[in-house]
Amino acid sequence: MTDTTSGLTTSDGRPLKAALLAAQSKARRRAFLLVAPLLLFVILTFILPIAYMLQRSFENDGFSDSAPQLAAWFAEHPDGSEITEGAYAALVADLATMQANKTPGQAGTRINYTVPGTISLFKAAARKAEDLTPPYKEALIALDADWAAPKLWAAMRSASTSYSADFYRVAIDQKRGEAGDWARGAERERIYIYLFVKTFILSAIITLSCLLLAFPIAHLLATLPMAKSSLLMILVLLPFWTSLLVRTTSWIVLLQQQGVVNNILVALGLIGDDGRLVMINNQTGTIVAMTHVLLPFMVLPLYSVMKTIPPSYARAARSLGATSWTTFRRVYLPQTLPGIAAGSLLVFILAVGYYITPALVGGADGQLISNMISFHMNKSNWSLAAALAAILLVAILILYWLYDRLVGIDRLKFG
Amino acid sequence: MTVEPRSDAFVAFEHVQKSYDGISLVVKDLNLAIGKGEFLTMLGPSGSGKTTCLMMLAGFETATHGEIRLDGRPINQVPPHKRGIGMVFQNYALFPHMTVGENLSFPLEVRGMQKPERETKVKRALDMVQMGAFINRRPAQLSGGQQQRIALARALVFDPKLVLMDEPLGALDKQLREHMQFEIKHLHESLGITVVYVTHDQGEALTMSDRVAVFNDGKIQQLAPPADLYERPENSFVAQFIGENNKLQGTVEEMGANKCIVRLDSGELIDATPVNVTGKGAKTLVSIRPERVEFKPEMMPPGAHTIDAEVMEFIYMGDLFRTRLKVAGSEEFVIKSRNTAGQRMLKPGEKIKIGWAPQDARALDPM
Repeated sequence: MTDTTSGLTTSDGRPLKAALLAAQSKARRRAFLLVAPLLLFVILTFILPIAYMLQRSFENDGFSDSAPQLAAWFAEHPDGSEITEGAYAALVADLATMQANKTPGQAGTRINYTVPGTISLFKAAARKAEDLTPPYKEALIALDADWAAPKLWAAMRSASTSYSADFYRVAIDQKRGEAGDWARGAERERIYIYLFVKTFILSAIITLSCLLLAFPIAHLLATLPMAKSSLLMILVLLPFWTSLLVRTTSWIVLLQQQGVVNNILVALGLIGDDGRLVMINNQTGTIVAMTHVLLPFMVLPLYSVMKTIPPSYARAARSLGATSWTTFRRVYLPQTLPGIAAGSLLVFILAVGYYITPALVGGADGQLISNMISFHMNKSNWSLAAALAAILLVAILILYWLYDRLVGIDRLKFG
Repeated sequence: MTVEPRSDAFVAFEHVQKSYDGISLVVKDLNLAIGKGEFLTMLGPSGSGKTTCLMMLAGFETATHGEIRLDGRPINQVPPHKRGIGMVFQNYALFPHMTVGENLSFPLEVRGMQKPERETKVKRALDMVQMGAFINRRPAQLSGGQQQRIALARALVFDPKLVLMDEPLGALDKQLREHMQFEIKHLHESLGITVVYVTHDQGEALTMSDRVAVFNDGKIQQLAPPADLYERPENSFVAQFIGENNKLQGTVEEMGANKCIVRLDSGELIDATPVNVTGKGAKTLVSIRPERVEFKPEMMPPGAHTIDAEVMEFIYMGDLFRTRLKVAGSEEFVIKSRNTAGQRMLKPGEKIKIGWAPQDARALDPM
């Protein structure tokens, strides 16, 4: 290796680069020690849980643990082989063990995730497994004809290893067909993709309304004298300091059919008493309440950017002959873009993952994908919840990447 | 003092007053006429009202009272973008998201000019400030001086008849500032535009202007060509604000047509020219430029009064010697002598006699 800078040495003959490294290493060590606690905290509370979640979205040993013999049979016989008596014998032996270990429910639940209605099948068969005699194939099928179903066997094959992509299939609305292969579910059973799309559309609407509301306020904040802008800033930040639950509840009070807004509208004669608007427990409620909750996240980045734009730019544009609209469009707006971008990204990402507000005011119509994730967590289907969360994470990362390509992350300005 | 605006003035302020709070006036009854092609500088300390005047002319502030006319047309109600006035700002205000070319093209675009014509004009304006090679740069990639030139080119590119400059050289270092002063001066001469220039730097004002309006306390203290301003200040403020100045407090002892004798508070008699004093017995402040004070007896005009001085400090400044003296009880009296061959270097503690020609000492209003 040739060192082009080898000519440079310190006065006592050490290479300059080495001397520089030595001089800086202490400062670097100190800097590292200073951030080490936070780094550790982030690894423990952020990186590890996310890694664990991603793992859970692929891993589920509910069936593979309790059916070792069948798993061994599947391992010996590649996909597509005929399900022989050997497979049934292994299954019956496993069912007997399950009954002894009280795990048929657990195994059935795992298969149930991809082929609904199988929990009882497993429980019933396990109860009688001890009494079954060869040939096991006929014996089991005699017990319940479903044991011959190809899709059940396909589901068991895929569940016989701890890791599978089954939950991602379910998360994108796929179902095992009768032959056992994956296909799109029936129209009325497709819920997740619809929810993903709705989540993104609602988040986009919320982001847009935040932007429209925040832009004038941020401009006012940035141009008012300090004393007045501080007061206004407190009003803007008030939502931050109020409990989320209190804020959401007050929206219910305001927006419900017998609520303040409807009463005022009726009193003003704008709507009839029988025509009261439904503004809560639906998408409208979710949009209104979440716009309010997330507004500060839009105002603050916008404000911090607008604060740095000297009024002389607008004056210069005016003196050069631009009308106030042209000045705004050509001179002011482009300079606020980093703030708009930062605020929109922040609000959008927060909105996509928002849970409490839609749960409280969304009704059936205003639910977002995170409510579905929460639903599956409550029902202990951790793997499906994790798969849905992982898809959400990837979608956001893709957005982030697109954003970086289009706008550039270095142009973000959060405040 | 008041200047009656001529009816043919290009820019005219007539009895203009401005108040921001309704309690105090920032600009008090301003009357000012600026001729076509003139380079007029508004000079004054901060808060003197000069920038407010400029902003009223540009249309960013409204006059509380009075009329402002541009080319004979009252412009009080005309919005800034219809005034057609070029303006150079203190921090240049180049649009950071546009290239140099786009910045210059902006005023032409909003006037609906076609692309080929725009390009020609932009190129011509850039060449005028020797920045043709920088058309595709962004302002952030330029040095302060280069940004200054672009700002200048942008203010001129749409051929305004009037260009306003608000302390445009304030952010530059001394050398560049002096260079740019000459460049702006030359542009003014070659383009024949009218320039109203605001600064608090008296050197800048004296170097560039046809006339200087010295502002203080919302009023024009004196409006005169640079040489008059320096050599014939009409009141104590102007004398003190423009250039270095020695002040002696006293009372008029004897009053003549072109000469008066002033008895200083410490008892000595000195010669002066009456400028802003009412007559015998009036309190006055006599102002003398440090370079007009003579300490060699052979150089003093015959019959001049001299007073005693003691050398306190001698500073060698290269081309000049600056000597601080104790005169009439004050230790702040300064004289400047040129570093010519054989010039005497005074030593601290030395006792000398100083004097001056009566026309160099001006008896002004007491402060």
